[in-house]
Amino acid sequence: MGKTLFDKVWDAHVVDTVENGPQILYIDKHLIHEVTSPQAFNELRERNIPIARPDKIVATADHNTPTKDQHLPVKDPLSKNQLQQLSENCKENNITLYGLGHEYNGIVHVMAPELGITQPGMTIVCGDSHTSTHGAFGTIAFGIGTSQVAQVFASQCLLLKKPKSLRVNVNGKLNKGVTPKDVILYIISKIGTNAGTGYFCEYAGDVFENMSMEGRMTVCNMSIEMGARGGMIAPDQTTFDYVSGRKFAPTGKDLEAKIAYWKTLPSDVDAIFDKEYHFDAEDIAPMVTYGTNPGMGIKITEHIPEYNDASFEKSLAYMNFKKGESLIGKPINFVFIGSCTNSRIEDFRLAASYIKGKRKADNVTAWLVPGSQQVAHQIQEEGLLSIFENSGFELRQPGCSACLAMNEDKIPRDEYCVSTSNRNFEGRQGQGSRTILASPLVAAATAIEGKIIDITKHLN
Amino acid sequence: MTPFKIVTSRAIPLPVENIDTDQIIPARFLKATDKKGFGDNLFRDWRYEKNGSPNDSFVLNSTKYRGQILIAGDNFGCGSSREHAAWALADYGFKVIISSFFADIFKGNALNNGMLPIQVSADFLKRIITHVEENPIAELTVNLETQTLETPVGTVDFDIDPYKKLCLINGYDDIEFLISKSDKIKAFEAQLD
Repeated sequence: MGKTLFDKVWDAHVVDTVENGPQILYIDKHLIHEVTSPQAFNELRERNIPIARPDKIVATADHNTPTKDQHLPVKDPLSKNQLQQLSENCKENNITLYGLGHEYNGIVHVMAPELGITQPGMTIVCGDSHTSTHGAFGTIAFGIGTSQVAQVFASQCLLLKKPKSLRVNVNGKLNKGVTPKDVILYIISKIGTNAGTGYFCEYAGDVFENMSMEGRMTVCNMSIEMGARGGMIAPDQTTFDYVSGRKFAPTGKDLEAKIAYWKTLPSDVDAIFDKEYHFDAEDIAPMVTYGTNPGMGIKITEHIPEYNDASFEKSLAYMNFKKGESLIGKPINFVFIGSCTNSRIEDFRLAASYIKGKRKADNVTAWLVPGSQQVAHQIQEEGLLSIFENSGFELRQPGCSACLAMNEDKIPRDEYCVSTSNRNFEGRQGQGSRTILASPLVAAATAIEGKIIDITKHLN
Repeated sequence: MTPFKIVTSRAIPLPVENIDTDQIIPARFLKATDKKGFGDNLFRDWRYEKNGSPNDSFVLNSTKYRGQILIAGDNFGCGSSREHAAWALADYGFKVIISSFFADIFKGNALNNGMLPIQVSADFLKRIITHVEENPIAELTVNLETQTLETPVGTVDFDIDPYKKLCLINGYDDIEFLISKSDKIKAFEAQLD
């Protein structure tokens, strides 16, 4: 029987197998940030255990950072302390840190790929569930808890049971206005938020083959929202072209040898998956969510379904939506374009292409938060900044921002926010806030109109 | 880690599906740099009203229920990888969580903190929740050694990875085990370079 992409990468990293138990998996890159690492550093310190491979760890500050006036001292003392601990821990242990204000600082899942730290065939972990993003490169990448962060610190390995395999196939031609975000929201709306639990997912089919790396990252990013620890896409020429020339990417003969290896990684034709789904690209339309988990999504033109179920009704009550209603025409006062799902240059290009020459609705507060310093720089260089500013949008500084609202970027109670982030959980964007997940295109259109519109009728 | 043996306790029912880790511990409470005290903010936004007073209709504020066992709806612990969710539940005093389905990362985090997630069938979950809601003083017994959950509506076996069972019973953690394998890890690294 043939091997899957996942099998090939996993098998190449197995150090040992515990009899009747888990396997010891070697980790190539360990990404850390200020929120889920301090307790792991403390644990090792208390137990007098050194960090095994500081050279394989890269740190950034992103979750709990301000997106305004980053040159000034951080106002919140708890956030300031957390950032300071990250700096001290990295310094003490000789770990590379791209802290606040550094030219490479950014959201961990935006910064690592753009620096070429993320490469095909690797194993990558981070104390953040959206580590699945890096799977876009044909990488086994997944989120871990802080106890596991400490395990990787201590040994550069993790004890894991090999997950089952799942493949999601999408073939055909995407309709106008359908972005990678709509593709993944559509998939989750169809298979549910726990269809992937216990599995590692591979996305296959010409829709993903024709996607840019940015688009593939958006798709893989949300694998965890269907319960899968990670999602992967086979590396191909698009991947090699993206990686080549980046700061930490291999060069010359090394690169040639790596590419030759990366070409062997795609799943064999006769590989068998434990579970498989097939979707037609033509069936996908621009999506929005109406509830409090990412599986509660509909096509923007559809009506909220009418289920009789206590959890479903609790969710609708929180959102102040009714069964059977349409979201088109709903007034919206907040729009957020950012997060590790949709804060790459392509997302801002798409938003700018819609916004250009139009004016933001007066009722809307719109935050554009780039995923990294490099994206911010690119926005300026490509002339997108003036488009945004002329249309009344505010471009802020990089960070996770209103995706999880750990910093001061919070959506007020009872307000709706059309957001390009990944989770619409209760209070995710601020206490009592109501999140509607959508693509950067739908978010941009909402900001212009001040309400949700049927985007398919507004495209040339 | 404290070894896990037998837990006999009353239980607290929370029959809501898809309870995500943002509900268990909202992000604004993740600014601490140690593991202590998260129990105070467990289920914060369900437990307290807008004005900060306790929400009487939330089960943790009910005088009827108490115990070291939480019985929750399907897909418990989905969302963020924050181990703070497991710390908050453990700090509050829970030793066992029963559900018909657990999210992957949460399950691992719970086990790594000496807390036992027990998966039961959807039908059994419904029956046990109904019973506990009607008989709040009902006691449940969890025996990890024999992998059994005894309840007034019946006794069921549950699954656990044999390695994790050993860790829980003895209070071992993965760090010690991995360090004991450092020769093998070094040999693996040597063939990488």
